[in-house]
Amino acid sequence: MPSIVKVEDLRKTYDNGLEALKGVTLDIEEGEILALLGPNGAGKTTLISTICGITRPTSGRISVGGYDVQSEWRETRKLIGLVPQEINLEPFELVQNTLRFSRGLFGKPRNDALVDGVLKDLSLYERRGSRTSELSGGMRRRVLIAKALSHEPRVLFLDEPTAGVDVELRRDMWALAKRLREDGVTIILTTHYIEEAEAIADRVGVINSGELLLVEEKSALMQRLGRKEIRIKLTEPVEVIPDALAEYDLIRSKDGRSLIYAYKTTGERTGITRLLTAVQAAGLTLSDIQTRQSSLEEIFVRLVREEVA
Amino acid sequence: MNWYGIAAIWRFEMGRFFRSILQSIVSPVVSTALYFVVFGAAIGSRMPEIESVDYGAFIVPGLIMLTVLQQSVQNAGFGIYFPKFIGTIYEVLSAPISSLEIVIGYVGAAATKSMLIGLIILVTSLFFVDFSIIHPVLMLAFLVLTAVSFSLLGFILGIWARNFEQLNLVPLLVVTPLVFLGGSFYSVSMLPPFWQNVSLLNPVLYLVSGFRWSFFGTADVPIVASLAAIFVFAGICLGIVWWIFRTGFRLKS
Repeated sequence: MPSIVKVEDLRKTYDNGLEALKGVTLDIEEGEILALLGPNGAGKTTLISTICGITRPTSGRISVGGYDVQSEWRETRKLIGLVPQEINLEPFELVQNTLRFSRGLFGKPRNDALVDGVLKDLSLYERRGSRTSELSGGMRRRVLIAKALSHEPRVLFLDEPTAGVDVELRRDMWALAKRLREDGVTIILTTHYIEEAEAIADRVGVINSGELLLVEEKSALMQRLGRKEIRIKLTEPVEVIPDALAEYDLIRSKDGRSLIYAYKTTGERTGITRLLTAVQAAGLTLSDIQTRQSSLEEIFVRLVREEVA
Repeated sequence: MNWYGIAAIWRFEMGRFFRSILQSIVSPVVSTALYFVVFGAAIGSRMPEIESVDYGAFIVPGLIMLTVLQQSVQNAGFGIYFPKFIGTIYEVLSAPISSLEIVIGYVGAAATKSMLIGLIILVTSLFFVDFSIIHPVLMLAFLVLTAVSFSLLGFILGIWARNFEQLNLVPLLVVTPLVFLGGSFYSVSMLPPFWQNVSLLNPVLYLVSGFRWSFFGTADVPIVASLAAIFVFAGICLGIVWWIFRTGFRLKS
């Protein structure tokens, strides 16, 4: 896949001396969903704002669709739709008018059929004649997305689209993101909900303190860093872990009814068979076995912690 | 040129005007009527003609200028300040639209509104006094130039202002006094010589004088000076706007 957004050694230092981006290099492939994960203040929003032209870079180069965002800004901006983090809407304006405004602003002729289609996609069509101030928070966020889609962008930036949004709407948005990707729209979303990245992203980038720590295929990342746990439940609780099982670094649960064994899914030998044989040999009886894969969240916490350490 | 973008801003801003149509149109009509009752009928009946123009008619151009100046500054200031205040400005800044196009959209809309109000006042005043306009084309040209250049000033204020108080400060403390002292309701020739000279420093004097000349053919200062003054003023405002966008002053970090 060719890259649609290219960021090269991007640095941004704000006037107050804050170094928000410390040399970020990133290639975003056409048609993918890239999730940028990072804690608050990591530089996610600065990165997006700089690509969209709202913030000026201190140094570095950005191109979108092969055009330079500084010298060919008209071309790059036409390709980009931006959904900001804050819900900013003209309170007294009608929903459909705010969409028409966005479309015109991005240099597109009026097209009511298209605007209606976007409104329907976001379940806003019934409320097209309402003032934006009359809508609920979730609806207003949908209006923001609808505005960004009203000028048919090829690249859509969603800055924390599901912050403070209920579960149902979150699932709606994930479905929408997947539909858009099917239409060939590239989506970059920032989030600190790992669940979100896990649910929809093709690739995940982790950003912290202005540095991009890694960008990887989600599945590869899960595999590379993913750990699995096997929890062995016993019929009779044990006071101490038998010496015969010492080599497995087992953890005994507080009530002594389960033993936990951690292993890497990527290893050729997981040691599970040997462990289970050894457990039996030690005279313990199993009542149940559960396995659990570590989530992106755990991976992410580990990455950020390693960096601090 | 992103014509659709300019049109979108203009239409959106005009929407704001027509949403509050009552406030937009009724309020200038009512205040004009009040001025005519107080200055025209009550005081004007005891005033002699000024330069062979009846006092009631004499104040019409000044009254229009007063409102056009205030409305231009207020509309343009609010038009750009409000998106900045509520945060919707992000969309304009990330759109494929140049600074010049943004200015044309916002300033164009503000100027259109104030010219509309100016014309409404002109029509309203015909119900109170009799007058005819000697140079209607020049009158319109003055109206357009004034509306545009003071909308530019309002645009600058809207970007500069950090809160609503600052936004209202300049129109209240600078524009209104300048208009009142700029010969809106009197001829500066009625002032003592010292104050006549001080008045010559007031840019609004040149606008009111030129505008009045297009109505009655009489003026406090030569018409060429009036035209020069308005172009200089518009030029200064354009220069500041250009600087704002070049540096991103209070718009971009």
